[in-house]
This record gives sequence, structure tokens and C-alpha cells, in this order.
Amino acid sequence: MSSPQQPPHGEALAVGAPTATSAAPTAQQVIAGLRATTEGGDDLVQLLTPEGERVQHPQFEVDVTAEDLQGFYRDMVLIRRADREANALQRQGQLGIWVPLLGQEAAQIGAGRALKPQDMAFPSYREHGIAWCRGVDPTALLGIFRGTDQGSWNPKETGFHLYTIVIGNQCLNAAGYAMGQRFDGKVGDADGEATIVFFGDGATSQGDVHEGMVWAAVYDAPLVFYCQNNQWAISEPLERQTRVPLYQRARGYGFPGIRVDGNDVLACLAVTRWALEECRTGNGPVLVEAYTYRMDAHTTSDDPTRYRLMDELEAWKLKDPIERVRVHMVREGMAGQDFFDGVQAEADELAERFRDFCVNMPNPGPERIFANVYAEESPPVAAQRDGYLAYHESFAGGEH
Amino acid sequence: MAAPTVNRTAGAAAGAASPAVGQAQTVPLGKALNMGLRAAMERDPKVIVLGEDIGKLGGVFRITDGLQKDFGEQRVLDTPLAESGIVGTAVGLALRGFRPVCEIQFDGFVFPAFDQIVSQLAKLHYRSQGVLKMPVVVRVPFGGGIGAVEHHSESPESYFAHCAGLKVVACSNPVDAYWMIQQAIACDDPVMFFEPKRRYWEKAELDPAATPQPLFASRVVRPGSTATLVAYGPMVRTALDAAAAAEDDGHSLEVIDLRSLSPLDLDPVFDSVRRTGHLVLVAEAPAEASITSEVAARVQQECFYSLEAPVLRVTGFDTPYPPSKCEEEYLPDLDRVLDAVDRSLAY
Repeated sequence: MSSPQQPPHGEALAVGAPTATSAAPTAQQVIAGLRATTEGGDDLVQLLTPEGERVQHPQFEVDVTAEDLQGFYRDMVLIRRADREANALQRQGQLGIWVPLLGQEAAQIGAGRALKPQDMAFPSYREHGIAWCRGVDPTALLGIFRGTDQGSWNPKETGFHLYTIVIGNQCLNAAGYAMGQRFDGKVGDADGEATIVFFGDGATSQGDVHEGMVWAAVYDAPLVFYCQNNQWAISEPLERQTRVPLYQRARGYGFPGIRVDGNDVLACLAVTRWALEECRTGNGPVLVEAYTYRMDAHTTSDDPTRYRLMDELEAWKLKDPIERVRVHMVREGMAGQDFFDGVQAEADELAERFRDFCVNMPNPGPERIFANVYAEESPPVAAQRDGYLAYHESFAGGEH
Repeated sequence: MAAPTVNRTAGAAAGAASPAVGQAQTVPLGKALNMGLRAAMERDPKVIVLGEDIGKLGGVFRITDGLQKDFGEQRVLDTPLAESGIVGTAVGLALRGFRPVCEIQFDGFVFPAFDQIVSQLAKLHYRSQGVLKMPVVVRVPFGGGIGAVEHHSESPESYFAHCAGLKVVACSNPVDAYWMIQQAIACDDPVMFFEPKRRYWEKAELDPAATPQPLFASRVVRPGSTATLVAYGPMVRTALDAAAAAEDDGHSLEVIDLRSLSPLDLDPVFDSVRRTGHLVLVAEAPAEASITSEVAARVQQECFYSLEAPVLRVTGFDTPYPPSKCEEEYLPDLDRVLDAVDRSLAY
């Protein structure tokens, strides 16, 4: 922790000097699983070690009660349970595909719990934990992956935009939204608004992410760029995306960049809360790199055994985001067995409700194809709809 | 269809060049667009304009001239030089409740924004099942005829007409330009708004107190009985010139301005073809998989027994836009249009 640190909110901002990245691992190092042992560099902000020990950080601190910690633990356990259940539902043919969250619970719950109701979040497609924090029930995520809808929640009511599947698009959409918050006069004090956008390490290579950072910077947009660096973009390791640690790219855009232990829910909470506060008071944008690991496949269609070694995964298991909170609470006497049993029971209930909901989701009818293509109806689309529904009708009484 | 409620005082504060209430004046197409933008901005404070060089400079074609001075830098944004950024942030601004009007400086520069246009702008209403509206206009000066270098003379409208969720219109004259830009801004759907850049300086009498025609409607701009010419954007003038010339040969050509390319409003075309039996389509864009392909297919479907000859097309060639010293050969002109009319009538 010897590197230049981000000053607290309100002071002039210095950005960690761009240092050469630790050399990209050689093939031999990768084979030896050494990537997994990199700790995220000297600038990593950490408040809770993988062993469950609370450590201090000179710039980022967070006051949490036992109740807060219990809440974060519960959040992470429940969303992990929904995630595992969805993965199983895909294997059982109930979902076409699933995008696992496993391993990134702290990165998301920490960021999600830092948000205020007036804030807006733009997810990529793995942000099930952010959805949870925004009050979007996990069952609402299922339709996208079962094929019954393309996003069933209301982004205006939840402050959670629809999942964006084209990599990086949402960074520009979020920049525009955040510009609008400023134009609306909602930025400038502690009650102000801010926007946060989620993307991965792979997305940082996209032009839209770059343009989003340019726009947010030149228009002083209250936007937190929250990059979950989970080390892998499907099969491509981080060194296919960057030479420098990702958080250091912020310097080139003229705003602060911070790397946080993405498996440490307290550090993610503290850093994101600070970043959002900077934004809502008019000091945005900010880049946060949550250094984490995708413990499962990219999606259920992916096969990580083709490109990475199991010992890498095993090393990251030791840094599990949930386990360190559990250990800490037990050691500090912040939660007893009753609490853990209660969360477990709640997870079981959620899993059952989640499964029931999934298998009972009705298929949309053919009229769904034609609905809401336009806000103001297009006669050609209406004619196609009427023609096709009439075609269906022509089989009335038959099996069609 | 949301034709805006006509604000009879629109333009009253627009400076000396704007017409007084209800007073017609002769204006070039570019100025009519400027007046239309100004009227829309005065009517609705959520209307904002963004693009490259559109503030102090007023746009390379001066379409936004004076707007930043009068409406401020927060409503007329000189953006960084990246088209995906212009449209991508417009999507976010629309989510926030604004009605952004994007300027793409030239047709050939719209492609960096293509991803945001087809992946986000066009689909958010559908994906959200109507919860999210995208009242965004993307203005694109299009077409050739100005002797420009490459990427400055293209006709990319068909790419966008092919994309569900977008509406695509092209104005051809100052009166339409004035009304259509306001109607496009008032529309709750994303509208790709194509402006015939070589016609920016052509003038017509504009009466801001008149009642506009609906946006997504074609129009018979010259009645006739011998054959039907269908065109849009810059080729409407060419078709009208051809019709005037054909009159000397005793041919009465009906000219229809499509105006809306998606959705197409083809009933007037069908009516016309049923009367004339001959159809010639005119466009600068290459023929293959284009607006003219679509019109031809639909006309043969609806007017099969009325056609006295195959539908003919006079278009740009299926090549890249050529060096400008070739563009007079590339672009459809009066002679090529009349040649096609002759071939149709002789069939």
C-alpha cells in the first residue's frame, strides 16, 4: 500500500502515476497458475482480507455495524444461490443460456449497496447482484435467458437500466444520462444524483467505452465507470486487452482511477460510495476497477477448461468474497449459527420460488413479435401482424 | 403520428431572418431547417441539439447557425469528434427525458454510429415493451452533386430503412424541411432524417402559418397521367425537371415524393400506377437491396394487373461513390430519367 492514494472527497485529485504493468505472464507462468497469485498490485484498496481480517486504509474507510455485515452477507449468499440455481436450470433445459455471477458477488453487492435511490445504474449482462440491490427480483432476470422477454423490469422505477449485451454500448448511454443529470441541475451537493455504469475488462477495448470516458470527462458528467476486471473476456486474458493496469487509464482522461479488491465487499462499498459522492457533488467522473475473478464460465455455453487451468480457480477460491465475511463475523462474534441457518433457509426458499417461477413462465404468443416495435404504430408492421395473426386464425380448431 | 401542434408564434424570436407570424417568405432549404429547429427548441425546452461544429460555427452547412448563441451551450452541444458518442449519449439523454437532435456532419460519417443506432436507439422501445421511448432525431446530410471528396456524397438511407425500430424520412424542399424536422422532433420514435445537401440552397416560399402534411406520408408533387415517377430527397427536383421536359414531348408524368422511407406510404403510388400503368423509380442510392427495390416489390404485389411495363429504376450504380469528376455520370439526371420513361412507354 505504498503507492499514491486517492485523496478523500473534496480535495484536489491526484491519480496514481502510470507505472509499468507487471510484465504480462509468460505461457509458462500461466501454465503454472501464477496469474492467480497476482494480488492486484500495490494500489489495491482492501478493507477485509481473504482471511477475514479487517484492515485499515488511509483514504477509504467505512463504518459498518454487525447488522450491515449481516446484510451484505445475506445479499451475497442469496444472489449466489439464485445464480447457481439459474445455472442448474440451464443445464436442465429450462433456460437457453445463463451468465454466471459466481465470484463477483462482493464487487456487485458492494457497489450496489453504495447507490442511493436517486442514482441510475447501467448494467452489462452479468449484473445480477446490482439488480438485487436495485430491488429487481431475481425472477425478473429469467425471461431474458429463457427467451420470454428482453428485460422485464422497469428501468425508470428501479433506477436500473436494461441489460446491455453489445459490449460497451452502455458506457455511452450512461454518459448521456449522466450529462442529463447535470443539465437538469441535479449535481452539486450531497443530495445530488449520480450514475454508475458496469462493464468488464474485455469491454475496455471497445471504442464506446473510450468515447464514454471522453464524453463524461469533457462534460463533467456525474458518472462512475465501474469495471469488473474478472481477468477473462470469454477466453481472452487481460493481457489481450491492456498493457497498463486498467484503473490507470483514467489518468489519460483526466479523472481519478482506483483499483479495489473486487472480492472485498467493504472495500467495494467504500470506494464506490466515495466515487458516487464525488460525482453527485460535481467532481465526476471516476473510474473504479474492481479486481476480481470469474469463477465460472463466461456463460453456460462456454468451456473454460479449454483456456485456463483449474489451479487458477483454486487459488481464487481462497479469496472467496462470501467466505471472508463469514469468517470475519464469526471471529468477531457478529453473527451466530442462528443467523447463518436463517440465511441458508432463506436461500432455500428463494431457490424454490426461483425454480417455480422459471418453469411456469408462459411463452409469449405471436403477437409479442409485433408489439412495441414503435411508439407510434407503423402501418406496414401492423399489416404484417394482422396478416400473420389471420394466418394463425385460418388454422382455428386445428393444432396450429 | 404526432404532427406537432403548430405554434403560430414559432420563429418569432428567431432573429431578423425569421418570418413574422403568419408571414410567408422565400427561404432556402438549409435556412428552413434552421427555422424548424429553432421553432422546435422554442416550443420544448427538452429539445437539445448535438453534433460536431454545430455551435459557434453553426455547422459546416450552417443548419444550426445562431442556435447556440440563443439557446446556450447546454442545449446546443459542440461534441467531441466521435459519432458513436453523439448517438450513444443521445440515447442516454433521451432516457433522461430529453429530445436530442443529433447532427452527423456528412453521410459517410454515420457509420461509426451505426452500432448505437441499430443496437440501442432502434431497439430500446421494443426491448422494454414500450417503457422506454427514444425520441431522438439523427440528421444526416446525404447525397452527391457537390464535388466533394469520398465519404461526403453517399446515400446510406437503405441501411436504416432495413432496421426495425427506426423511422426514416427524407425532405426534398424548404417547406417540407421546415415542417418535417419539427414533426420528427415531436415523434416519440427515433427518426433518421436525411437532408438533400445539394439542395440546401434551393429556395421556396414558406408560410409558417400553414398546416403541415403528416410526416410519414408521401405526396403527389406533380399530377400526370402517362407514367409515374417516384423519387425522394435530392432526386425529387430531378424528377420534376424531367416531368417538365417530358411535357414538351406530350408526356404527362406524375411525380410522387416518397418523403417517408420507413414506413413507406405507398397508397398514392399504387393509385398512380393503377392509372398510368408505368412506373420509374429514381434515387441516388445504388439499386441493389434499396428503397427502390422495396417500392418495386410492393408495386408488383399490389398493382400486378395494372402494370403495362416492368418497373424500371434509375439510380446510382452498384459501385462505391466514384471520384467527384465522375459524379455527373453516376448520379441520375434528367436524360437518364427520360430515357427510362421512354423505355417503359415503348415496352
